[in-house]
Amino acid sequence: MALNELTIHAARTGLQAKQFSSTELVKACLARIKQTESKINALITVCEPSALREAKKADQNGYQPSVASRQPLAGIPLVIKDIFSTKGIKTTAGAKLLANYVPVYDATVVTRLKHAGAIILAKANLDAWAHGSSGENSEFGPTKNPWDLSRVPGGSSSGSAASVAADQCLAAMGTDTGGSVRLPASFCGVVGLKPTYGRVSRYGAIALASSLDSMGHLTKDVTDAALILQITAGPDGRDATMPDQPVPDYQKNLSPPLKNLTIGSLLPAKMAPPLKKIYQQALTVLAKQGAKMISVKLPHLDFAIAAYYLIMSSEVSANLARFDGTRFGADRQKFGAEAKRRIMLGTYALSAGYYDAYYRQALKVRTLIAQDFAQTFTKVDLIATPVSPELPFKLGEKTADPLKMYLSDLLTVPANLAGLPALSIPSGYVKQLPVGIQFLGPLFSEAKILQTAYHYEQQAPWQKKRPRL
Amino acid sequence: MAKTWLTIIGLEIHAELKTASKMFCHCPADHFGRPANSQTCPVCLGLPGALPFANRQAIAWTIKTGLALDCQVNTVAKFDRKNYFYPDLPKGYQISQYDQPFCQHGQLDGIRLRRVHLEEDTAKMVHQPGQTLVDFNRAGVPLMEIVTEPDSRNGQQAKAFLKHLQQIIRHLKVSDCDMEKGSMRLEVNISLSRNPVNQLRVTSDELPKYKVEIKNLNSFRFVERAINYEITRQTALLRSGRQPRQETRGWDTKKQQTYSQRSKEEAHDYRYFPEPDLPPLKISRRQINLIKKQLPELPAGQQQRFQQQGLTEYQARVLVSHPQKAQYFEKVMLTIKNKIKINLAANLIINNKINFQKTSPRQLVAQITQKQPPPLGASRLQLIIKQILDKHPKAAADYRQGKAGAIKFLVGQVMSQSRGRANPDQTRQAIKSLLDK
Repeated sequence: MALNELTIHAARTGLQAKQFSSTELVKACLARIKQTESKINALITVCEPSALREAKKADQNGYQPSVASRQPLAGIPLVIKDIFSTKGIKTTAGAKLLANYVPVYDATVVTRLKHAGAIILAKANLDAWAHGSSGENSEFGPTKNPWDLSRVPGGSSSGSAASVAADQCLAAMGTDTGGSVRLPASFCGVVGLKPTYGRVSRYGAIALASSLDSMGHLTKDVTDAALILQITAGPDGRDATMPDQPVPDYQKNLSPPLKNLTIGSLLPAKMAPPLKKIYQQALTVLAKQGAKMISVKLPHLDFAIAAYYLIMSSEVSANLARFDGTRFGADRQKFGAEAKRRIMLGTYALSAGYYDAYYRQALKVRTLIAQDFAQTFTKVDLIATPVSPELPFKLGEKTADPLKMYLSDLLTVPANLAGLPALSIPSGYVKQLPVGIQFLGPLFSEAKILQTAYHYEQQAPWQKKRPRL
Repeated sequence: MAKTWLTIIGLEIHAELKTASKMFCHCPADHFGRPANSQTCPVCLGLPGALPFANRQAIAWTIKTGLALDCQVNTVAKFDRKNYFYPDLPKGYQISQYDQPFCQHGQLDGIRLRRVHLEEDTAKMVHQPGQTLVDFNRAGVPLMEIVTEPDSRNGQQAKAFLKHLQQIIRHLKVSDCDMEKGSMRLEVNISLSRNPVNQLRVTSDELPKYKVEIKNLNSFRFVERAINYEITRQTALLRSGRQPRQETRGWDTKKQQTYSQRSKEEAHDYRYFPEPDLPPLKISRRQINLIKKQLPELPAGQQQRFQQQGLTEYQARVLVSHPQKAQYFEKVMLTIKNKIKINLAANLIINNKINFQKTSPRQLVAQITQKQPPPLGASRLQLIIKQILDKHPKAAADYRQGKAGAIKFLVGQVMSQSRGRANPDQTRQAIKSLLDK
């Protein structure tokens, strides 16, 4: 097994056992990037010199227990979605408007990963401003799905998901505003976690929609998902929307057996039969572990996409207002079509005379959906749903029809509207294309979700399958 | 008969709070005279990804000000985004408060206050020949906005109100309210209405169809003059059958007149919506009561108390308007109980007869109690006695009828009238000899 194919926890064991060095690990990743990048276009900036420098430093410090306890990610190369501010490293948000923007500060997530010893290997491609479900809105070229280069990897954390799936790195950071971690995780066959809104600080991540943005990550298994959350979770005194909620030990919580678990299954009306079969097989795996299955419905689900697009675009219209041509080097003409569409939609929805009809109504729907979930969680511990009712689609298939593209987020958007944690995990393959299943839980129930996903993964280790590239 | 119009004036006051740090970040709030852009960070520069974190002190001070102005404090308040473009606004929106401000429905000197809310100040534009520079030191400084109902009726009233408001805010020590440094900024909304039902409280449907906003008024005198100028200008227009334009006007200090800046057709739709980066704030009754308890005695209350201690309205007012002098006087009052001596001390302080920065209150008290007041000339004393006797014929009659208490009263009056300079024994003899004639 090549070093770049390792999970974080396996690499950590190897580093501690002196089986290899971080320099070797980073070099293996860089070699894989050189080999695959021209095919998948997952990265915008590769930080080769600084990554090698950091690896050397980590190797010099060593990986004895005293270092490992302080720096659980010592010497581990990670990819960061190019929407997280990285001090001294160009941060484009996938947009030409920021093609030359170099932040003067690190996002909290980046600061914490660095403190934990992680090495920034590269900045990942994404739909410009994280606007998109396919990766095709990137102004630095679309990312391709490593499983089938003619298909999309899902977005907007397109590069993060493709990079992990292609073993360019050990794990990647992503953001999820309406499904932007979970959909690409599902399309690329990796694990994607969207934490509770307010679990991980948004500070320093270029805002898409401030009330919906969640800082997540894409990993090769559930253990790594828990490991990273352990580092990123918890208030930082900079994101005012974070409650003072204690951070449990997610890693210790993984292996204890599932007890008295009730899962509510939520199946969309339309779904291709092979995908439906995979979904039901996944539920059977969980049932065999003793989970009780019931069927659930969210009465207001049909309004979720409409409400989401109004709230999201309204916030976009304000969040992108600072790119007004006064600073950052480029004027508003530089915005791509999707950003312009969202700015106009949001500006309209917030305008005098329309606010009540659109924005306020959308907020009401949002409250109803949150209530639907709260109601459902009185009966079940977690909700299971497919991540997407369809397989990764062809590049260009939906670009002409924005509405069709928006509907890709049907099953992921509700968790963002309600602020809930959700995780996407590989659950099988149709025609060599990955299919994910999603677990949603009540606010701050990440430990329960990770534990359930961990037990599923032990029985159905689909995550081990890798694309041939 | 010429038609008459009622002047309707609403006021908007901005005051920069003198908190240690800015409203939503840790940068210092005291920006005056600092090197340009030396007090900035990702938050107040509006860099991509930076987030606001509200300053608790600024919130507490806004509530404090609201309570001092008889406002109701909202138990749930929130911040909103006010969207507009201007180069001094780094995020393209200002974090302000729209429909749930911290404080509402107050009053001061018979003028109702609509609201007291909190927002962030903008950056400062520095205009130079051929270019305009932006200094972000001021961006994000906590800015308190106070809005009155349209209850002022003339320039004099508006000026007196604003002076009193400034005195209160300074007294609360939440803002310097220094107009020269821009830490207090005034805006006047003025229009003329024809004979509303209630001249004191004009209802919203009685308000004229137009409103003229006067901005950049940096002294109370200019407020009064600008109002007077506008009354004349608008009256002339209305008399000739024309309605004044809805517009924003500035004050030209050289020409002593207002001038049109922009018309309201260019008015913004600010597209307010709740600031998603800052959750709504719950303010408990307990917190409100706590702030209420910490509220110092207000200038009006202090003045009243001074008058009860025997000061004239004038003396009390002068002392209260100089917080340092008032504080000094308070210390003097702790040890002197004699009204005459209190009066004497007040005069010494007011007339700068003592250097209260060098003389301790204790020293002053010692001075007053040891040294007899400078004697009053005999003729001046006679004059005062005659005045008092004329003023109180009943007391004089009582004395003549043998009531012993009457002479005490008359001596007291003379002492008070002479501000303590008359010698009580001398006075008693003089009154007796006059009445015994």
